[in-house]
Amino acid sequence: MWLRNNALQASALGAGLLLTAAIALIAFYVPTDADQGLSQKIFYFHVPIALTAYACFGWGAWKALRHLWHRDERADLESYVAIHLGVIFGALTIVTGSIWARASWGVWWAWQSRQLVLFLVLFLFYCAYFMLRYSVESGPRRARLSAVYAIFGVVLIPISFLAIRLAEDFIHPTVFTSRGPQMAGSMFFTFCVSWAAMLATAHALYRIELAGKRIDAQLRELGELLT
Amino acid sequence: MTSAEKYVAAAYLVVFVALLAYVVIIASKLARLEAALTELVERVRARG
Amino acid sequence: MRTYVSDVTALARKDLLLELRARDTLPAMLLFVVAALVVFHFALPSGSGRLAGLGLLWVAIVFTALLGLSRVFVAEREQGVLDALVLAPSDRSAIWLGKAVAAFTFLGLAEVVALPAFGLFFSGVGGATVAAVALADVGICSVGVFLAAMSVSTRARELMLPVLFLPLAIPIVVGGVGASVTDAPGRYLAFLALYDALFATICWASFEYVVTE
Repeated sequence: MWLRNNALQASALGAGLLLTAAIALIAFYVPTDADQGLSQKIFYFHVPIALTAYACFGWGAWKALRHLWHRDERADLESYVAIHLGVIFGALTIVTGSIWARASWGVWWAWQSRQLVLFLVLFLFYCAYFMLRYSVESGPRRARLSAVYAIFGVVLIPISFLAIRLAEDFIHPTVFTSRGPQMAGSMFFTFCVSWAAMLATAHALYRIELAGKRIDAQLRELGELLT
Repeated sequence: MTSAEKYVAAAYLVVFVALLAYVVIIASKLARLEAALTELVERVRARG
Repeated sequence: MRTYVSDVTALARKDLLLELRARDTLPAMLLFVVAALVVFHFALPSGSGRLAGLGLLWVAIVFTALLGLSRVFVAEREQGVLDALVLAPSDRSAIWLGKAVAAFTFLGLAEVVALPAFGLFFSGVGGATVAAVALADVGICSVGVFLAAMSVSTRARELMLPVLFLPLAIPIVVGGVGASVTDAPGRYLAFLALYDALFATICWASFEYVVTE
């Protein structure tokens, strides 16, 4: 019952513990990759952050759907916060991916990296989400337009991925393959812990941001009631 | 430090700084919320 | 069902007739696309190759479409007619479909001029390119009209449309350019068809959420 009453603190605590465990594993436990060397360790952050960004966009689209179908009023704010977090994690994906590209191939940007290109397209799309929100007065219309756009985004993700793969045939015939799921046991375990840590961090940040925004709204309402 | 170590450190540093920035933003938001709440309490008190 | 089709036809006919009388959007699109092709001639250094030109053809198509799409709801907004349309006892999605059909017609007419012009200025276009253009037009008009309706409700109005549209246009460009330049256009045409099916469906299903107050 302590867990239910202190959900926010529990979430933050869990995220902190998992993150600590992940970093400890990456620094001390997992062996250095034979081929790519030390820079491969960026992978343990970069890919979980990317996957978490997808999860955030998916969650945002789910909340958007709930808002439209079930007229769930609170879902608009939840969708917005989820997408906001998704964009932050997306930006981190691009930055860590760029550093990894620099470490591996000597360039700050690599069109060969499907992950990076996909995130660039999604980043553009979801930045437009914020432009859309800022350009409409707060209210049910803004909520509905944002929700529809969020759903478009989630359909765009697989389509863009397909498009980028198809584009490789006439843009860059050579594809650099980065280490995928063929990992040694310890690597896979570390990866999973890191992934759980990122998801937990996103979850904690999501609840914190949501709580902040709800308090904002309630204070505003209180102010109006008092005048 | 070899250049590979520098890049790995840079990548992790970026994530760390992002998290830290989040903490700072939440802290300032909390301060602002507290100020707004104090003002509202004053208004209710003034009403008597 | 029959009233739905007649609603769509009526809306599309209205737009086409308005354009026939006013003659402002289509001439602008035609002039724009030819001027763009001339600009591209100067943008391609010698030795760029035929394929670069084909890639730029698709850029011209997307931006010409944007030009036309930005006008799609302008008449309704200026005369405050959009609310009346929405209140009419027809399915809201008929508005989207009617407008998309009209936009498709305008874009198609512009391309009837653009493709021969491209053949004249650069190189001939094959059957795969024409098929790709037709399929891409469906996607462009579906998504474009939908987003035009969204942008009309924003403060930024027409400025919003390119920002919203371009990320969604990237897969269309990939499909179109792929079909034009590679030896295996079938995959890209299939991809364009997939894009059209998916996005037209969600546009059709969610249009009412965009126009209701």
